[in-house]
Amino acid sequence: MSDTVSFFSGFAPRDLLFLGEAALRTMWISALSITMGSLLGAVFGWMLYEGKWVATLTLAPVLDVFRSVPLIIQLVLFYNFAPIVGLNLDPFASGVVILTIYTAALVANVARGGIEAVEPPMRRAARSLGMSYWQDMRHVVLPIGLRAVFPAWVGVALGVMKDSALVSVLGYVELLKASQILITRTQEPFLILTIAGAFYFALSYPISRYAAKLEQRWAQ
Amino acid sequence: MFDYNFHWRPVMKSLPDLIEAGFLTLQVAALAMLFGIVIGLGLALIRLHLRGPLYWFATAWVELARNTPALFQLFFFGFGLGAFGLHLMPYSIVLAGLSFNCAGYLAENFRGGFQAIPDTQIRAARSLGMSAVQAYVRIVIPQVLRVVYHPMTNQMVWAVLMSSLGMLVGFRELSGETQFFASRTFRIFEYFAVTAVIYYVIVKVILGASRLLATRLFRY
Repeated sequence: MSDTVSFFSGFAPRDLLFLGEAALRTMWISALSITMGSLLGAVFGWMLYEGKWVATLTLAPVLDVFRSVPLIIQLVLFYNFAPIVGLNLDPFASGVVILTIYTAALVANVARGGIEAVEPPMRRAARSLGMSYWQDMRHVVLPIGLRAVFPAWVGVALGVMKDSALVSVLGYVELLKASQILITRTQEPFLILTIAGAFYFALSYPISRYAAKLEQRWAQ
Repeated sequence: MFDYNFHWRPVMKSLPDLIEAGFLTLQVAALAMLFGIVIGLGLALIRLHLRGPLYWFATAWVELARNTPALFQLFFFGFGLGAFGLHLMPYSIVLAGLSFNCAGYLAENFRGGFQAIPDTQIRAARSLGMSAVQAYVRIVIPQVLRVVYHPMTNQMVWAVLMSSLGMLVGFRELSGETQFFASRTFRIFEYFAVTAVIYYVIVKVILGASRLLATRLFRY
């Protein structure tokens, strides 16, 4: 029977290209969410530090919710909630929104820790040298605090990169979703999952090693 | 703009089922945590004291667990092992995946904990006539526990949140059960909103219990 249609075909070299493209999408959605989330998180962290009890009563519990509910539930909830209020977001946009807020909730604590890591005498010294509040923030708190929490921030960023795999539940074809598509066609789960895992590992491992090295060097 | 009618009645009807599924979530997370602690302790001790093939095995485990997405690890236990004719039940997939992940993260925590205890402590214990095992059980472990207690609590929370990925491999824990009901009634938002609340409560209960336990454990 030569006219039967073959649904399954083996793994071909061009599938590697497909996986590579999907890896780029993973990097793109992660980079976007981590950048926006970190900026937002830094602002939240500053608010938590300066806001005293007002922030403790309002902002902190809200951020806490995003850390206490599984990301996958947040994604499904938001994706189904947006149309209710008249927003029509595609999976990518929904994913970016939730990943950004999720990142911000995690970075907020890191950022507050960074500000707290700068000893008050240092800041008083800066102020008594005539620096304004923002000059003190920019030239004293930022360099010292950043150094203290940079490894923790890298940990958060890498975590978000790995968690971006969950956006696949909304239908966004990133690395893991692409591997599932290929598995369905080729029926070679072991090979394809190994390749996908290798991509993630190659993205994450060098950065985590670099952060660990920096932490060691700065600790001395 | 806001012409969506919320229907909470079906959700309330299946609330007992959801809460029961919540206990299943808690169960699988606690079991994964237990395996994770035992294996993680082994991996940490291997990485601290041994060289050679065992060291590389432990290092590979830790780095793979920490540098690939948890969802990828679940898929690997779910579909990847199928290539070797090993087909696990959804419950076993989630348990194996979570245990693998927890063991990797906890191993690094434990390693840090052991490194925080100075060598002189063991030497002092030995010179007081304790055996190596006694020195470990009576002197080192209690001090390590203090260092790793907080990270372990966090890991337990992560285990609960990660178990929600079971939904994607057909395991009917809290998220899987929610998806099951949601796809039957199409009340997706309502179901997942209630589930989010249940997760939040579970996480808060764990954190509260951990704090209570800490005040009893670390009285001195």
